[in-house]
Amino acid sequence: MTRSATHIHAAGYSLNLVGLLGFLIVVVWAMVAITAPWITPYPIGEIVDFDYFGPISDKFWLGTDYLGRDILSRILMGARYTVGISLVAVTLSCSLGVTLGMTAAVVGGWLDTILSRLLDALNSIPSKLFGLVVVAGVGSSIPVLILTLGVIYTPGAFRFARALAVNINTMDFVTVARARGEGTFFLIRSEVLPNIIGPVLADLGLRFVFTVLLLSGLSFLGLGVQPPDADWGALVRENIGGLPFGAPAVIFPSVAIASLTIGVNLLIDNLPQKIRDRSN
Amino acid sequence: MNKHVLHLVLARLVIAVITLVIVSFTVFAATVLLPGDVVEILLGQAATPEAVAGLRAAMHLDDPAIWRFFRWLAGILTGNFGISYANNMPVADLIGPRLLNSLKLAGITTVFSVPIALSLGISAAMWRGSWFDRAVTVLSIGVVSVPEFMVATSAVLVFAVYLKWLPALSFANEIHSFGQMLRVYAMPVITLSFVISAQMIRMTRAAVIETLNTPYVEMALLKGASRARLVLRHALPNALGPIVNAVALSLSYLLGGVIIVETIFNYPGVAKLMVDAVSTRDLPLIQTCAMLFCMVYLLLITTADIIAIVSNPRLK
Repeated sequence: MTRSATHIHAAGYSLNLVGLLGFLIVVVWAMVAITAPWITPYPIGEIVDFDYFGPISDKFWLGTDYLGRDILSRILMGARYTVGISLVAVTLSCSLGVTLGMTAAVVGGWLDTILSRLLDALNSIPSKLFGLVVVAGVGSSIPVLILTLGVIYTPGAFRFARALAVNINTMDFVTVARARGEGTFFLIRSEVLPNIIGPVLADLGLRFVFTVLLLSGLSFLGLGVQPPDADWGALVRENIGGLPFGAPAVIFPSVAIASLTIGVNLLIDNLPQKIRDRSN
Repeated sequence: MNKHVLHLVLARLVIAVITLVIVSFTVFAATVLLPGDVVEILLGQAATPEAVAGLRAAMHLDDPAIWRFFRWLAGILTGNFGISYANNMPVADLIGPRLLNSLKLAGITTVFSVPIALSLGISAAMWRGSWFDRAVTVLSIGVVSVPEFMVATSAVLVFAVYLKWLPALSFANEIHSFGQMLRVYAMPVITLSFVISAQMIRMTRAAVIETLNTPYVEMALLKGASRARLVLRHALPNALGPIVNAVALSLSYLLGGVIIVETIFNYPGVAKLMVDAVSTRDLPLIQTCAMLFCMVYLLLITTADIIAIVSNPRLK
């Protein structure tokens, strides 16, 4: 560990300007998600304007929604649901997928075949449809959403990690460790994982974007976060009535989603080459 | 086609069938094995213990789950999709006309977007690094990284609110003239086209660029061939397999997009039917719609894989 720490100062780890911009956007939304209850200008559930779908004004920076509630406050609070749920779900799917993927690659044989076949089958259910079917069966709540999103993106993480781990598995140092008599768990943790962690983290970022998009899509259909809570997708849904006259209440939640997903994409695309392609 | 290729294609088909069985089990398990008693929902106020027991027996709900799964699968295979809980109509009758509508929407979108996406993707690859290429790339990445409903709301804002060319969110049931039909279909088709074109442009561009990096294209360049000739005569014929593969894969994005688009524009298609069925928990209808979607999706990605196998010259 100490050796790799000294190598961080080596060339190739600097972030370019566009990547930095993406990084800043992500950090800002993360801060908003953490501090939301303290920075909202108005209480989120309170009707503060007698006019509904109010325009942008000094008092209400992003206008008001279909009941006359402050949209800025609701978006700031919505960051909690969108970022929070997606982050937990993506952590779940990646840790599950990557662990299974590495195990499949290291153990090989029938375990590998069965896991690959099973998860590939799961992957051939369109993601939005899977969400619909589960919500139809169990009903929607935040734990159900997290689990569903986590399961939906596990096969992708599995396939990605397995492909990387298969390459590492043929390296001499893994063969040596095997000859030493190390167990599967040791091989995965100490030989394979450190060599694929960079690309796996970049992949986690991309999967986070997919998760945010799917969560917003489900909420938009009314099957995600349920009222009175609202994530950004649900905010678009409840204010869709303002669309024909271009109300800011329906535009800004969409802009929030776009800024987050594009920000993460910019960050991932401009990550230092060394982090992205460490396995090559 | 030689024996080796035939073998690979057959193996892919077998995998598709196995996948379909696993998928059908997943769909069945997710909707039926999870909590929430269907019978009590169906009977509502009239759910006396005797009525519940009677209906349970009539619906074979007391049989083991695996037995119910096979009965359901056999029903699907023989075209018996069950009876809708919500309005007591056979599921097949409910889905039939809706399916036709959805296919119409998907067909028009495909006819409209494939030529545009391919020409944009190929020309972006042809003038790689130019302002045109950069604009196309940025736009397609932008569309890919925002939710589908945002593409739809943006289309409404631009074409209905600011330009006032098209009606906003209404979908007329009565269509009397060609002009009217054009106006009604325009918005859903524009939205869906954006969603699938973005994928198709990116994949086509990547496929052409990959063949542009080969030695024989470099050779043609050294001989003094023009850029257009380089792409159209030398690179394109060899990129055809990957491009058709990209088209089939991109069309699978129609399935996700169509769920959002039919809901937002109130289009009477299968996806809207399914979203409505979810809110009424009409399980037979949901299961059949889900299987239908999965089958189309599997068909598209299997076709894409088979095209990739058949068009790979290294396998011949």
